Amino acid sequence: MIAFNQVSKRYPGGYEALKQVSFELAKGEMAFLSGHSGAGKSTLLKLIAAIERPTSGSVLVNNQNVSVLKKGALPYLRRNLGLIFQDHKLLFDRTVFENVLLPLQICGFDHRESGKRVRAALDKVGLLNREKSNPIALSGGEQQRLCIARAIVNRPSILLADEPTGNLDAEYAQEIMAIFNSFHQVGVTLLISTHDADMLRNSHVRVIALKHGEIQHPENHPEPVNSTGTA
Amino acid sequence: MMSALNQHLGVMKIALRRMFTSPLAGFLNVLVIGIALSLPAGMYVLLKNTQNLVAQLSGLPQISLFMMMETTRDDVAQLRNQLARHEGIRGIEFVSRTTALEQLGKNSGLDDVIAGLEDNPLPDAFVISPAAIDAKSLEELRNELQQLPGVELAQLDSAWAYKLEAILEFARIAVLVLASLLSLGLIAITFNTIRLQILTQRDEIQISRLIGATDAFIRRPFMYFGALQGLFGGIAAWLIIALGLQLLKQPLATLSQLYSSTFTLQALSFSDSLSLLLFSVYLGWLGAWLSVARHLSQTEPR
Repeated sequence: MIAFNQVSKRYPGGYEALKQVSFELAKGEMAFLSGHSGAGKSTLLKLIAAIERPTSGSVLVNNQNVSVLKKGALPYLRRNLGLIFQDHKLLFDRTVFENVLLPLQICGFDHRESGKRVRAALDKVGLLNREKSNPIALSGGEQQRLCIARAIVNRPSILLADEPTGNLDAEYAQEIMAIFNSFHQVGVTLLISTHDADMLRNSHVRVIALKHGEIQHPENHPEPVNSTGTA
Repeated sequence: MMSALNQHLGVMKIALRRMFTSPLAGFLNVLVIGIALSLPAGMYVLLKNTQNLVAQLSGLPQISLFMMMETTRDDVAQLRNQLARHEGIRGIEFVSRTTALEQLGKNSGLDDVIAGLEDNPLPDAFVISPAAIDAKSLEELRNELQQLPGVELAQLDSAWAYKLEAILEFARIAVLVLASLLSLGLIAITFNTIRLQILTQRDEIQISRLIGATDAFIRRPFMYFGALQGLFGGIAAWLIIALGLQLLKQPLATLSQLYSSTFTLQALSFSDSLSLLLFSVYLGWLGAWLSVARHLSQTEPR
């Protein structure tokens, strides 16, 4: 489903965010991507969505080498991915409903069909009763759930989440994880980056640990990355 | 098919809504576009009217061919044959010197003076109706006729009208230059409006791109906005011209009555109006396209 092969990424200015990264994520698999901030987690996720291009190596998504995709093909790759951002990237000039509607509008969905889908997605994250609110009126955890609803409304086969619980307290973080687990159960491939040691310790999910842009082995026994715990 | 249509209608609504979120700024933009367009378009209308006036005043052009005093009847007959065979000539009328003198006496009331003359001072003459009536062919024909044996003078009637037409040609080019410059200005106005809009919508553009929007999808509302702004600007220009002509109508009617002429101002024709609107829509669209294309290429992912 997702395969990195000797991927390096050097930013202009010489900073090397990823060094010779190789790993595979099977279809329907769920994994955490752990590491300090600056370890290259965000860069790795950006390479999958072709928001950044690797300096060397290849990134395969559904057997398609996204690192060489033409510019015109990128939108169609991204429609098959659900992206969840740490800073949510919500639009505050429209309602909760309209925020979730955006991906369907982009794909040119039929009006009535998309209304149903938006409500289904909002229901899944428990925000159905807030559909007419402005996202600014939502709490941090609710905004994150809204971001998830927007990511899944397209029913993508892959979900990528960048620090989805980064700014949330433990209770909210657990809610979010429960939502992710439910997607995992219906066969969605998930890659979730986090520096939340509690979350890593308490789950039995595969962990891909990054340190200074390199993968740490063995993956299956993660060291707690730091002891700060949840914020 | 339906959904594509719905999508476009939806985008159109968004563009309209954006225009009415800041009505004053939108109105000022439309006004600026309207004024910029009404200048060359208005000049074009005046030019066209002047041309009509000139055509009306000058009528069909004629060339008067005055013969030398010493020409004989044979010479005249020979010349007449030659003229009749000429391709550039549609009709010939011969005015003998006797007829000319009689007419002069009749028209001017100078019978007594003419009766007192020892000799008829008038020459034989041909009045020639040329086939082609544009300024250039007329001048060529006149020059050719001037060279014929026995011809004293070939005179082009209504020569002033053709000189005026040459001046109008110059004015036409001036209008064209003005129109081109103001069109560039119009593109710049739209470019800037759209640039400001893009700045306020930067988040939406960025997020839409991240979740799979094509460039065409992102471009669309801005293009509609540019085209609509152009359309409204074109309508404003049309109204300005119509109003201006309305204001000119009364003084012109008085003037033309004084000259006992029936000249009336003609407004923009239907096809001219349509061209004006389409052109201004196109300019708005182009300005928006350039603006969005620039933004999209600047924010290209590495």
